[in-house]
Amino acid sequence: MRGPALLTLALRAADGGEFQPPSINDTHLPEILPWGVEWGEGFLGKNGLVLLVSVVIIWAFFSFAIRKQSLVPTRTQFIGESIYAFVRNSLGRDILGEKHFKPWIPFLFAVFTFILVNNLMGAIPVIQMPSFSHAGPAYVMAAIVYCTWIGVGIQKHGLRYFKLVTIPSGVPWYVMPVMIPLEIISNFIVRPLTHSLRVMAVMLAGHMIVMIAAAGSEFLVTQQDNIFLNATGIIVLIGFVPLYFLELLLMVLQAFVFALLTAIYLQGAIEADSH
Amino acid sequence: MISTALIRAAEGDYVANPLIPHPWEMAAAFIGFFVLLFVVVKFVAPKFEATYQERVAAIEGGISEAEEAKAEAESLKAEYEKNLADSRAEASHIREEARAEAAQIVAEAQEKAAAESARIREQAQAQIEAERASAAAQLKADVGTLATQLAGRIVGEALEDDARSQRVVDRFLADLDAEQNRAGATQ
Repeated sequence: MRGPALLTLALRAADGGEFQPPSINDTHLPEILPWGVEWGEGFLGKNGLVLLVSVVIIWAFFSFAIRKQSLVPTRTQFIGESIYAFVRNSLGRDILGEKHFKPWIPFLFAVFTFILVNNLMGAIPVIQMPSFSHAGPAYVMAAIVYCTWIGVGIQKHGLRYFKLVTIPSGVPWYVMPVMIPLEIISNFIVRPLTHSLRVMAVMLAGHMIVMIAAAGSEFLVTQQDNIFLNATGIIVLIGFVPLYFLELLLMVLQAFVFALLTAIYLQGAIEADSH
Repeated sequence: MISTALIRAAEGDYVANPLIPHPWEMAAAFIGFFVLLFVVVKFVAPKFEATYQERVAAIEGGISEAEEAKAEAESLKAEYEKNLADSRAEASHIREEARAEAAQIVAEAQEKAAAESARIREQAQAQIEAERASAAAQLKADVGTLATQLAGRIVGEALEDDARSQRVVDRFLADLDAEQNRAGATQ
């Protein structure tokens, strides 16, 4: 499934003669363009390429889908509009509220589709690369959202925003020394970390399952002389199929959760004074 | 294609930390996302939004039109039903009136008949009364003369015996009867 990785796995297996499960190391593929290695990493790996290709895919698909703007949609237009309407109504209108959601539709749409397509890249054979299984893209997306909602909060409420967020209303004064640090930690430190690590951890786990299933079945089928052990390798592949569909569900779900949290954080910043 | 990852894999002791980000991947994600955001803001979202609004307007227009038509149909139906009820009420009213009228006619006729019969009876009674009065008057006059005649005859016959006087009385009565009969025949 993953050429170079499997090459290394096979090599190791052949060396030791016993099965070595794939590790985190194997999630980092060789660089396609090996420039910039002197800064520690290559310039463009498979993951970076997938990230950039996903932008082109989203752009091309949605531009193609809406090229006619007809009232009676074609199938492609219908799919595009369904995704747009989902982001617009379920993420935008229902969470941000009728008054504020309009300007945020493109942002939520970009966040949702970007993560969705990058996650689904992990389910496409040969590509098989969920970009957000690497921490970097997840951190970047969480950081963009983090800066956005803080910026919105300051724009709406000025510096009073930090007071609104950290000092809960309706709480007796003697609880304040505990509440204020907790609010600061939960809102400004834990929130972006969980926001990024949630999607990253789920995608990494799914990616590891793919790798372990691939490496394990390959090892059992090609490196063992016993016909029964070869057969168990096939069973591993069959058992992987339901996991693949579970993974597919999780990919969509994580994209939804990420965009949903984005909308919730934005809503909290826009209406910081109302709760 | 000999890369850091391969070298690391070969080294074996190196374990990558999944929490350490890859700077170029971060750059790719950052640039990629903002390019995407630009494209979405500039080209994709406005078109989708326009189409969405257009469709919502079209559907809402259709719905309101249908609602209008429905309201119109309902008002027509109500009017029709009202007319129907009106005409039914009118029919029953007419029927009622006719029945009352008929009853009145019958009552009037009965009254008239009763009055007529009463009048006829009264008339007959009056006639009978008049006849009886005239008969009584005539009888009164006749009885006087007859009594005088009878008395004259009885005296004239010279009351010899009872048998003779009896005969006189009988003859007088027979004359009286004959006279009466004659009078009845001529009348």
